[in-house]
Amino acid sequence: MIAELGHFALVLAFAVALVQGTLPLLGAARRDATLLGVAGPAALVQFLLVALAFGALVHLYVVSDFSVANVFQNSHQSKPLLYRITGVWGNHEGSLLLWVLILALFGAAVAAFGHNLPVVFRARVLAVQALIAVGFLAFTLFTSNPFARLDPAPLEGRGLNPILQDPGLAFHPPLLYLGYVGFSTTFSFAIAGLLEGRIDPSWARWLRPWTLLAWIALTLGIALGSYWAYYELGWGGFWFWDPVENASFMPWLAGTALLHSAIVVEKRDTLKSWTILLAIVTFALSLLGTFLVRSGVLTSVHAFASDPARGVFILVLLVLAVGLALALYAWRAPSLRGGGSFAPISREGALLLNNLLLASATATVLLGTLYPLALEVIGGPKISVGPPYFNATFVPLMVPLLALLPVGAIMAWKRADLFEALQRLWLAAAAAVACGVIVLVATDLRAGLACLGYALGVWTILGALTDPLSRAARAAGGLARFARRLLSLPRASWAVAVAHAGLGVLVIGITAVSTGQSERILAMKPGDVAEIAGYSVRFEGVREVRGPNWIAQRGTFTVTRDGAFVTEIFSDKRFFIVEQRPTTEAGIHTTVLRDLYFVLGDPLAEGAWSVRLYHNPLALWMWGGALLMALGGLISLSDRRLRVGAPRPARVAVGASAP
Amino acid sequence: MSARLDTGRPQRLGRGWLYLLPVLLFAAIGVVLALGLERDARTLPSVLIDKPAPEFALPPLPGRDDRGFTRADLNGQVALVNIFASWCVPCRIEHPVLEQLAREGVVVHAINYKDDPRDALAFLRTLGDPFARVGMDREGRAAIDWGVYGVPETFVIDREGRIRYRHVGPIQPRDLERTLRPLLAKLAQ
Amino acid sequence: MIRARLLLAVPLLLLALSARAVTGPDEMLADPELEARARALGKELRCLVCQNQSIDDSDAPLARDLRRIVREQLVAGASEAEIKRFLVERYGEFVLLKPPVSPATWLLWAGPFLMAAAGAALVWTFVRARSVRPEEVTELTAEERQALERLLEGGSGERTR
Repeated sequence: MIAELGHFALVLAFAVALVQGTLPLLGAARRDATLLGVAGPAALVQFLLVALAFGALVHLYVVSDFSVANVFQNSHQSKPLLYRITGVWGNHEGSLLLWVLILALFGAAVAAFGHNLPVVFRARVLAVQALIAVGFLAFTLFTSNPFARLDPAPLEGRGLNPILQDPGLAFHPPLLYLGYVGFSTTFSFAIAGLLEGRIDPSWARWLRPWTLLAWIALTLGIALGSYWAYYELGWGGFWFWDPVENASFMPWLAGTALLHSAIVVEKRDTLKSWTILLAIVTFALSLLGTFLVRSGVLTSVHAFASDPARGVFILVLLVLAVGLALALYAWRAPSLRGGGSFAPISREGALLLNNLLLASATATVLLGTLYPLALEVIGGPKISVGPPYFNATFVPLMVPLLALLPVGAIMAWKRADLFEALQRLWLAAAAAVACGVIVLVATDLRAGLACLGYALGVWTILGALTDPLSRAARAAGGLARFARRLLSLPRASWAVAVAHAGLGVLVIGITAVSTGQSERILAMKPGDVAEIAGYSVRFEGVREVRGPNWIAQRGTFTVTRDGAFVTEIFSDKRFFIVEQRPTTEAGIHTTVLRDLYFVLGDPLAEGAWSVRLYHNPLALWMWGGALLMALGGLISLSDRRLRVGAPRPARVAVGASAP
Repeated sequence: MSARLDTGRPQRLGRGWLYLLPVLLFAAIGVVLALGLERDARTLPSVLIDKPAPEFALPPLPGRDDRGFTRADLNGQVALVNIFASWCVPCRIEHPVLEQLAREGVVVHAINYKDDPRDALAFLRTLGDPFARVGMDREGRAAIDWGVYGVPETFVIDREGRIRYRHVGPIQPRDLERTLRPLLAKLAQ
Repeated sequence: MIRARLLLAVPLLLLALSARAVTGPDEMLADPELEARARALGKELRCLVCQNQSIDDSDAPLARDLRRIVREQLVAGASEAEIKRFLVERYGEFVLLKPPVSPATWLLWAGPFLMAAAGAALVWTFVRARSVRPEEVTELTAEERQALERLLEGGSGERTR
């Protein structure tokens, strides 16, 4: 019954989405208030229906109803409740339903909280949002119905891939989807803006909170996925330039560019057609990612097993949505005009440069991801484009970005004094250079890349903090007055400082782990002691432990430094009974300065075990940096100017409805 | 300041194509993706096609015969070379097809990949032995020279000892009709 | 080495990616310098049966075989280029995670820098078109200064420096 209810709710949601996608557009064309009024309630109803369907699927997983094919294939009664629930999105159908749920959620959120938007504009946004939903609901209903029944019902399910039975991966997809499905709003705002033919600073202001929300979620989602790979895959790698990782990274890069270019539209009423294009492209890249993951067109460790029929369906959706949007863009964008002077040495000039580099980086990742496919399709040889390519092309684009960031962020709008900006940053620059030199001397002269990485990281952090600190210090007075001024700075300044400092922290973390990792691969017998990065690691031996649905060989390591006890680390080789598959659980001890990361390998002859020991300096900084970036986004999101009903400057209130 | 469809400033000539660029680029990507759906992402084409088969000299499977399988066996006649192992499940699925080909007079040789000789012998005793020559590749080194990346794989060798075709995975009856038989017929002429 | 896809009765499993780094202690060369070269080379060679892993990261038997070949050849005095050529002759350029520069990859390698250059050219024309009209600049500045003053009176906390 519940399955049929869920299915029925989905069918109804499809019907509602059809109505929501058409009537408001008609209403906008005819200026018909009744038709326009359909959009809001329809968005809410559509969300409730999809939520009902999703709830039904979760219920089926929780009660282990194996008469439903999807539950049978991806669950098992012996799984802990948490993984029975998260198993819902550990497969194609369920994760697609989550996708649709989040799409509907954003539509409903625009309907519920978008009071600051003009009625016609909001109706158009919701209609575009609904048209995307129509496509994906049809995709779910016609190719990927999660509620299909099995007859007769099996007694037990097949279980879930054990690597997905992990808290990191359990919450990675929802965050990731909140991110890249969230960019559907920027897409809808762009299309609605093009349909109205009016893009002005208030458009950018309306867009901003939605872009920020999606960007924050995507930042966290990618960081969580990377962290999961770090501790689950067993050697301390954190980014593999895998096509599916690239698929989530491209919308992030484009979304980051969008956040910055939208500020220029907001403040200077220029770069409009570029910003619109970015808003479309960001979501297009999200859709492309969805296609890549689900069509089997590229091989990836993360991909769902392929089904050509689904690939065709999604490709048609992608071509319709993005093709129509870009065609509309080609038609309407040339008539968007605005702004006046645009001096290269100015905040907007720096943001333009930021966009140039981020767009190039996005295009590079896209090129590397699709190149092997394109080459093969035109009859060329089958080649691989792996991490060495991306490191060689992506990093050179990031270096100037980081080098310019503090300078750009401190420059004034319209016409800035480069010399003055550099003067304000002399401390950060000096510290960065000093830091680079120290690294160069302390390690060895081949570590040029490390020295550059640390210097850029320090430069970015101190550069980001220079603005708030120097502004607070400008007024005379004691420390208390300084602190008070610091706290009373506008949230926008803090948001920029925190997010940019987070980027610097991230860069230092990545540099440290990539260039400073120590590794020891060795055979250890119980009682053996090995040294790594100044720590003594004693292998205590292996014993068997049992989990809810697995059996593990657990290796124990005692870590000491200069004779003093530091910690005890456990690493498991787990074997999942139902799925008949092993996983490796690295043992990690984290401090701010380093991770000790130990992995138990296979048993060798004479009671010895293959063991891998890693010392990853500043590994926490990678995740900490990403968290800081997201925190910066949150601070910006809480800024008064973005809140519903905040007073708007009179000049941009054209067509805005009363709050 | 609000930017309506502002016609106040004349649009400079030649800028319009810039706005068309995104949709054109996307169309190109769409074509690539559509064509990409057609192909199997996981099959790796062999680089040895139309090249002479690699040199090898493999020992025999004890208990079967004592001749083994060497490069010289490939000269002078059209033949199939099948890479198999007793532990490989798809090989069992494929086996009847190889037997049928052997019955029809096609010469089928085999490289037994990373196998225990006793298991391999039992495999052939139970399922039938369609092979003219069988060579044991216990370390898998000969297979690497052939560019093998999984079992089963099957190569078609022409009279001059050149590799003309590689089939990856078990040969299904439809592969037989669509590709292998026409190719064998052509090479036999 | 049995191809997983042929056995997947369930079409929607995520492919396994457990146990990545597996160069074991038994495989390593005694000479640390040669071993370091082997590791570095291993990271540039694709594990053919895995999805997107290097042979250095993969647990697959074929990856292990290839790691052994890399080490044997290094010990025998082969250069990195020779070992790569040996593998390319057997598996094609697919085995190289860093595609060599060739006519087929010119666009791949030049692409990022061409795109950045094209973007830079666009930016330059945009900025030039906007900064060479001094009369317009002054006019607009005046208008905007007014707007700015209004903004400031509105107390919106925007930066004015």
